[in-house]
Amino acid sequence: MGVALVLALLVAPEDADQGISQRIFYIHVPIALTAYFCFGLGAWKALMLLWRGDSRYDLESYVAVHQGTIFGALTLITGSIWAKASWGVWWTWSSNQLVLFLVLFLFYCAYFMLRFSIEPGPRRERSSAVYALFGVVLIPVSFLAIRLAEDFIHPTVFTREGPQMTGTMFAAFCVSWAAVTLLAYVLYRVELLGKRLDVDLRELREALQ
Amino acid sequence: MSYLADVAALTRKDLRVELRARDTLPAMLLFVLSTLVVFHFALPEGAGDDAAYGLLWVAIVFTALLGLARAWVPEQEHGVLDGLVLAPCDRSAIWLGKTLATLAFLLAAQVVAIPAFVLFFAPLDATALAGVLLANVGICAVGSLMAAMAAAGRARELLLPLLLLPLAIPLVVGGMGAAISPDGGRFLLFLALYDAVFAVLSWASFEYVVTE
Repeated sequence: MGVALVLALLVAPEDADQGISQRIFYIHVPIALTAYFCFGLGAWKALMLLWRGDSRYDLESYVAVHQGTIFGALTLITGSIWAKASWGVWWTWSSNQLVLFLVLFLFYCAYFMLRFSIEPGPRRERSSAVYALFGVVLIPVSFLAIRLAEDFIHPTVFTREGPQMTGTMFAAFCVSWAAVTLLAYVLYRVELLGKRLDVDLRELREALQ
Repeated sequence: MSYLADVAALTRKDLRVELRARDTLPAMLLFVLSTLVVFHFALPEGAGDDAAYGLLWVAIVFTALLGLARAWVPEQEHGVLDGLVLAPCDRSAIWLGKTLATLAFLLAAQVVAIPAFVLFFAPLDATALAGVLLANVGICAVGSLMAAMAAAGRARELLLPLLLLPLAIPLVVGGMGAAISPDGGRFLLFLALYDAVFAVLSWASFEYVVTE
């Protein structure tokens, strides 16, 4: 993570067009990719839960979705900062990725509402799993929808040339990506460990009573 | 064949319950008409037809939500769902029956609402109507599954809109596109794709949501 920060902030050459603000790219894009990855992982664990019926996957799926939502919120924040720096507005509906993340963020917040309103048990595990599966299907469908919506919401599509990545920039990007993925993985393990301890503790306490 | 017979029996049951109790459909009708009247006052003078189409979509989604929030209430109140789950039929037939019944209510509400919209606001062409029909299928298919999920939770009336609205965003995009884009066919295709994908997904996953 530290190496990635140094690379992103100091080593990578500045973009001629956007200058310093372009550096947030090394944080924003890896975070976004990691969020997708977490949602995908959550859905995969959900599928395993439905298939195998092993409730171990429930916690794994929940923690993955939780991490995904945190990284999704960070994507919204960093994306918003980037938008402010390069387009002068905090929010723009013409950035497909940002709109998609907003939809996903709302969707996964509803996931938590669903989870916390059902009593713990197999029914909650399965309902959450089904909802997490709907999430990964919603990602491409929403993406397509947002692309299509550009047609009538913005008649003149506002395009931006992606920065041409040079060798160092690409290397810095890859290191950042790896660092963020590693961070997500560590957080995932830590949270999973904590949640499992919680469950074990509750079971012990109930056994003692 | 027996699968279809089960579905038909379940749909008939829902329609008959509604015919006797009459608590969902009149509410949906009244709601959609009052929404249109509210929109008349919410819309500034000369806002144009496009804005009105947007409001039509808001009205459709919220009317569907109203109907879906009631969808599993009779089952919950009388413990029918447990009986249905135990019945010797495929569980997905329960979902399909509920989807068809909700679709029938929504269509019935629209039979009144769409002419009222045309009368009050703006004309609708064939593409826009096809968009409404396709979106109905999608919202009822996904909605009846989400309503079954929400029914298991505590604040179920509160939960359903939260669960369903993010999933309904692509339907609104498709419906709006069909209404106002010159190239509406693409949006109809998108709506059909949405319906197919999410109907299969809901059909396959319903069993997991209702069994204990």
